[in-house]
Amino acid sequence: MKPPVVELADVYLKFGDNEILRGVNLRVEDGERLVVLGQSGGGKSTILRLILGMLQPTSGSVRVRGHEIPHMSRRRLNLLRQRIGMVYQYSALISSMTVRDNLALPLEELTRKKRKEMDELIVKNLQRVGMEEHLDKLPSELSGGMRKRVSLARAMMLEPELILYDEPSAGLDPIISSVIDELMVAVSEHSGAASIIVTHELESAFKVATRMTMLYEGVIIADGTPDEFRQHPDERVRNFIEGTPPEDLSFDI
Amino acid sequence: MRRGKAPFRAIHLFAQTDRAGVGSLPLVALVAFFLGLTMALLTGYQLKKLGQEGMVPALVTVAFTRELGPLITGIMVAGRVGAAFTAELGTMRVAEEVDAIEAMGIGSRRFLVAPRLTAVTFLMPSLSVAAVLAALVGGALICKAQFSLSFSAYRPLVVDALELRDVVAGFVKSLLFGVLVGLISCYKGLSVRGGAEGVGNATTSSVVQAIVAVLGFDTLTNIVLVALFEQ
Repeated sequence: MKPPVVELADVYLKFGDNEILRGVNLRVEDGERLVVLGQSGGGKSTILRLILGMLQPTSGSVRVRGHEIPHMSRRRLNLLRQRIGMVYQYSALISSMTVRDNLALPLEELTRKKRKEMDELIVKNLQRVGMEEHLDKLPSELSGGMRKRVSLARAMMLEPELILYDEPSAGLDPIISSVIDELMVAVSEHSGAASIIVTHELESAFKVATRMTMLYEGVIIADGTPDEFRQHPDERVRNFIEGTPPEDLSFDI
Repeated sequence: MRRGKAPFRAIHLFAQTDRAGVGSLPLVALVAFFLGLTMALLTGYQLKKLGQEGMVPALVTVAFTRELGPLITGIMVAGRVGAAFTAELGTMRVAEEVDAIEAMGIGSRRFLVAPRLTAVTFLMPSLSVAAVLAALVGGALICKAQFSLSFSAYRPLVVDALELRDVVAGFVKSLLFGVLVGLISCYKGLSVRGGAEGVGNATTSSVVQAIVAVLGFDTLTNIVLVALFEQ
């Protein structure tokens, strides 16, 4: 039996006196789309950085397919990262490269594919996200939504087992946001890759999630299906879903 | 996945070589030309008082081959290319492009640093040669205009003044300055924190540190070379 795609066990992360994560446990299986909810600055994106090995936990275990990420050698970590796709909040396309070159980058650097094969893959992945007509454009010539779609296509180039999304709908209008949501579901269903989606956009979260988890002050306080989440008894979860600010956040102007 | 691969792809090296080398050539040559001209003019007037203006070609040759050619090139490249490297890598860091490259499993040092470092290291000697040639042309023009030394008389004086140790010293310094500028500018770029202001600060710091390092190592290299070969 295959080990889970991602497994975090009792993960603590501290920066000085600031505790970002406090005993986080998380498990993601093949094909799952886990949405991580929580307030801004609550450590959601930090979980993605831990999974990619860009941050080391203060204590606890972070495993991808059974491989312990902290203290892994750089070479082994790079090999493991090739099995993970990442879509950044601001797309993080290489600004000096065209769309084609951005997508070709992982293939050129990490595989021995021939030029023709690469071109076919690039077009195929751009077709999936409806961006095949923008091959020769620079990222600066694309809108935010288009950049996100290209970023998603780039994340799929090496057929990853896991795709990480950091605030995929942030800064997008509702229609484009909805397009991105549909793409995330389609990609997950087509490839069978597991997805971890960090967001605080509730509409988007309920649309794409097969499972949801909520991080509150560095602790996971809720975990379940979208339906379970809607009826969750915890007041903090209900406040978050209903958009009710906690009492200590009220202002007297 | 790909194994036994080259440290970086040739196309990235050529791109950086073009930016760093071809783009720097006019500036380096022009500055060296003016300096060669000025040096010939000022030293020539002093030497003329002693009736030794015929020493000017040798003076310009030795000074630029061994010292000023590599030094001026190092300073120019630190200001032009080093600043560009730092600003570019810093902006990429701020825009999460470096993170994205690392997240794909592509080493940022291999993909971003190695081609830049290699380009600037191996270009520095070529640019130094261009600087020396430009300075010699400047010197030749002054010698002809002010000291009645024809071009045909100037050339053998230059060739006679050239010694292998001066050429080697200049070459070694150029390589060293290339490594210094490349390492400092790339390190500063990849260490940027704090948005646009951070990029600006890193770029300034990179140029200042690279120039100080070039001057410091120039002095150090001179001390070592004199200690080893001139006693």
